[in-house]
Amino acid sequence: MATLLAPAERRTDHAPLTSAKMSIRDLDFYYGKFHALKDINLDIAERHVTAFIGPSGCGKSTLLRTLNRMYSLYPGQRATGQIMFNGENLLDATVDLNMLRAKVGMVFQKPTPFPMSIYENVAFGIRLYENLPQRQLDERVELALAKAAIFDEVKDKLKQSGMALSGGQQQRLCIARAIAVQPEVLLLDEPTSALDPISTAKVEELLSDLKRDYTIAIVTHNMQQAARVSDFTAYMYLGDLIEFGETDQIFLRPMRKETEDYITGRFG
Amino acid sequence: MTGLYSRRLFINRFNLVMSLVTMAFGLAFLAWILWTLLQAGFHALSFDLFTKMTPPPGSNGGLLNAVAGSVVMAAMGTLIGTPIGILAGIYLAEYGRRGWLAPVTRFINDILLSAPSIVIGLFIYEIYVFRVGHFSAWAGSFALSLIVVPVVIRTTENMLKLVPDSLREAAAALGTPQWKMILQVTLRSVRAGVITGVLLAVARISGETAPLLFTALNNQFWTSNLNAPMANLPVVIFQFAMSPYDDWQRLAWAGALLITLAVLLMNVVARTLFRQPIAQ
Repeated sequence: MATLLAPAERRTDHAPLTSAKMSIRDLDFYYGKFHALKDINLDIAERHVTAFIGPSGCGKSTLLRTLNRMYSLYPGQRATGQIMFNGENLLDATVDLNMLRAKVGMVFQKPTPFPMSIYENVAFGIRLYENLPQRQLDERVELALAKAAIFDEVKDKLKQSGMALSGGQQQRLCIARAIAVQPEVLLLDEPTSALDPISTAKVEELLSDLKRDYTIAIVTHNMQQAARVSDFTAYMYLGDLIEFGETDQIFLRPMRKETEDYITGRFG
Repeated sequence: MTGLYSRRLFINRFNLVMSLVTMAFGLAFLAWILWTLLQAGFHALSFDLFTKMTPPPGSNGGLLNAVAGSVVMAAMGTLIGTPIGILAGIYLAEYGRRGWLAPVTRFINDILLSAPSIVIGLFIYEIYVFRVGHFSAWAGSFALSLIVVPVVIRTTENMLKLVPDSLREAAAALGTPQWKMILQVTLRSVRAGVITGVLLAVARISGETAPLLFTALNNQFWTSNLNAPMANLPVVIFQFAMSPYDDWQRLAWAGALLITLAVLLMNVVARTLFRQPIAQ
């Protein structure tokens, strides 16, 4: 990848060099009458990690939830503008939401295992869109669990309920479930905020592995985490995108004063 | 400071004692009812109850036809009412987030839930019994199913509402079609609660008299014909208890005890087997 150059070289570039997997243009979002996102323009770079940071209520989770149309589950929430994905505006009313979400996976803040076995949890998504013979299905489940760095811990109890695992294990199970369907984009909404430091470290390691295959967008409250795992960072405040650029540049030489204040902890 | 604290302590104790007294007051009547039933009904319990038909006054008999009729009609009422109730409950909890249909349905269901059961009996009498011209087990089952439906709707909806939206979002995030999400994720996680609701509905209809008076009526004999009047415990109890004959009255007590024990058993089973309403 051309962007993964030496840090010194990267700093000279402010705009992403990579091809954009998703292009957000003139995006506005409303919860009923409340204007939650204001004219957002941003590219999500392919096979890189893009982090959304900002104080609570700034709209970073909202932005993430437009990328797989999760908001469409709820009446009264709507988005206008464009999010180009595979040559299609995914905000169009004609988009098949199930097909979209099969390609744009999501992991949530709280672990959400389904009320079924560990194996079934992971196989669930695969079975939705593929009809695999048992042996191949086993392989896919195993591979996903291995990629999510949880296989060694659960390989002897795949038949046990996914809800009996610890919080950190449940979260990695949910990540395995999300990547088992081999999405093109993976959205993570504060995936480690409910986890202990050891599980957090495991998930972060996982992200750097995963970005070889997936395009990742992550919302995080933890700025160190954004600095550690992401290639690009977007700082948001009160529904506005204040600054967007390469993570090194945002954290070392922010161009906007608001960004600097937030990052240095003088605000937020 | 300590004055304020000891005053709070006193109020706390006072309220605790008052709630215990009112609870004891309520429970005392329940215990009284059970005690009376046991006293009067226990002697009448015998093997004959389950082997002999309801007798004419003055001769030996049991309650076999009434017990069988009650079981048959309660089972049919449950079989008819449960699928409707579960499907409607699913609609209200999962699909009814937009529009006016769900709130209106919920309101009407609440009315149906508290409707006097005699009204339901009269309704079935008017639209079914009166048209076909005779009482029947079918009519009784329909009436009972109308009592099952609102109970099951209410419990199914309430149980599904306990499922956090995060679980629905997680299923949706994989591209799961809604019907599959409901069957395999949300309904599955509240299976136990929904079954409890059905069991409670069965317990409720086991003792209903009024809707059966106008629909199944009664039958002195054994019948397996669903198009004929069918004996059932509540109506037999009603008839026998009001009679001047001692042996009929004894049978009525025995029947009342049987129903009470069965309902008690069902409630205990429902509440212990499925203690946790949600599997999470």
